[in-house]
Amino acid sequence: MSAGTGATRQRVPGRPVGVRAASAHRGGPRRSLTRALPVAPALVLLLLFLAGPIAYCAYIAFTDLQLTGQAHSSFVGFANFRTAFKDEAFRNAVWLTLVFTVLSSLVGQNTLGLALAALMQRASKPVRTLTGGIVITSWVLPEVVAGFLLYAFFRREGTLNAILDWLHLPRQNWLFTLPILAVSFANVWRGTAFSMLVYSAALNDIPKEITEAAEVDGASGARRLWHITLPMIRRSIGTNLMLNTLQTLSVFGLIWVMTRGGPGNRSQTLPLFMYEQAFQNSMIGYGTAVALLLLLVGSLFALVYMRLLRTEV
Amino acid sequence: MASTLTSRRRSRRLAADAGLLVVAAAFVLPLAWVILSSVDPHAGLQVKTPDGITFGNFSAVLKPDITFTPLLNSLILCGGGTLLTVVCAALAAYPLSRFTSRLNRPFLLTILFASSLPITAIMVPVYALFVRVNLIDTMQGTIFFFAASQLPFAIWLMKNFMDGVPRELEEAAWTDGASSLQSLVRIVLPLMAPGVAVVTVFSFVMMWGNFFVPFMLLLTPDQMPASVSINEFFGNRGMVAYGQLAAFSVIYSTPVILLYVLVARRLGGGFALGGAVKG
Repeated sequence: MSAGTGATRQRVPGRPVGVRAASAHRGGPRRSLTRALPVAPALVLLLLFLAGPIAYCAYIAFTDLQLTGQAHSSFVGFANFRTAFKDEAFRNAVWLTLVFTVLSSLVGQNTLGLALAALMQRASKPVRTLTGGIVITSWVLPEVVAGFLLYAFFRREGTLNAILDWLHLPRQNWLFTLPILAVSFANVWRGTAFSMLVYSAALNDIPKEITEAAEVDGASGARRLWHITLPMIRRSIGTNLMLNTLQTLSVFGLIWVMTRGGPGNRSQTLPLFMYEQAFQNSMIGYGTAVALLLLLVGSLFALVYMRLLRTEV
Repeated sequence: MASTLTSRRRSRRLAADAGLLVVAAAFVLPLAWVILSSVDPHAGLQVKTPDGITFGNFSAVLKPDITFTPLLNSLILCGGGTLLTVVCAALAAYPLSRFTSRLNRPFLLTILFASSLPITAIMVPVYALFVRVNLIDTMQGTIFFFAASQLPFAIWLMKNFMDGVPRELEEAAWTDGASSLQSLVRIVLPLMAPGVAVVTVFSFVMMWGNFFVPFMLLLTPDQMPASVSINEFFGNRGMVAYGQLAAFSVIYSTPVILLYVLVARRLGGGFALGGAVKG
């Protein structure tokens, strides 16, 4: 992979002259059009099925489009957004999305991923392979399957309560009393592997001499982590946080399978709220307004992510 | 000094091993549940040693309406979507990697931006749009959307892999009068076969596990892929047969795990995708 990254870095100005010379005789603006032709199929697909829906999203968010009676939708300006900000259920969804993102992505996946990667640097090979295999398997599993596995884990009759009984600790009906915590743990279970892989790659790039020198100088583990390791991998931390957050913002299937957003709406994050408004309440316009807000927040994170990459690419 | 350092290292390795094993134990519990329950004649929601080993759960779900049709639908959707993605991405990556243009950079930046957008957010408008243009509840519509949603990242990856193929090899073919398409298909793509494999597997795995897209865009039960039909085990059939649900989960998950192992092996370690995403 490093080969690919390296090649990206020496971009346009570094192009060999040979290419230009070899095709120079074709000449003219027609040439550049022919050259760009292979991009066309991808471009058509992207415009029709990605840019199209995004533009359509921005349009119907300002209408009162409903599931029934498509023809009668009319432009309502910012009414959907005003409704949203006054809507108790919407604010609940925003709050839960925030909790879900901070708990599972920023704290959970990110920290656990870094801890795993750091431990793997020191651990023996069999343990490293075993742990890596297990953590990556939970990542590769289809979202819905992961949902079922953790549903079984957190259910009243599930594995977690069995373990708590065995330890003589009080049992809980996790999916009922703390649904947002349960789905956050589920997302940590499912998403940690990605952070682990990113951080393993980053830690492998730190020259051994630097950490060893600090160790010989008597710097403690915590100080080495704080003063050497973390500053050296800060780019990876940035990109990883952004990608985790973007992934977490779009989690739907996992929560849908585990709790359907319930009980009540106590685990209803924005994607589930949007779905409920659009389909159970038939208010496509309103649902789309919520979707547009989600998309805007996502774009913001995507821009920060690109900003972080720019220094690298 | 040297000996204390070595002994300190050894005790640190033991501590690291212990730490990893604790995490591994926590992570393995849900996985153990699905494996053990799938062969347990009396599976419940807890991890437990099976009451004898049976393949009854598997034979109970290995029927056309429960397993074969949904898996075939998944295969059509994801196979079609992946094929479209990989072909379009390879074609698009070629000029981006080989020719200079002022448009390259803005195009790539837009692609990168699009690849990180939360696709979940646009599913409601996509549904509304598909109703308008009569693509709702059609396999081809879903395939097109799958391909479009996966394309930005696929183009980005493909272009990075293509940059790693030296140009000199192609120049010989150019002087012999080969067209761009010929040199792409005969020279560049074979040389970056591992890269193409990564893009293919990654796209396929993403689509295979995707629940929300087919859930929104398909309506007829006969067309549903495994990711949606698995929900039938709950609700409609009354009592949930957890053993069968587990058996179905195992069948449905196996292809993607095998594909991942295949690619990870090929590229030496599981770091390929993590590194790829990093840019």
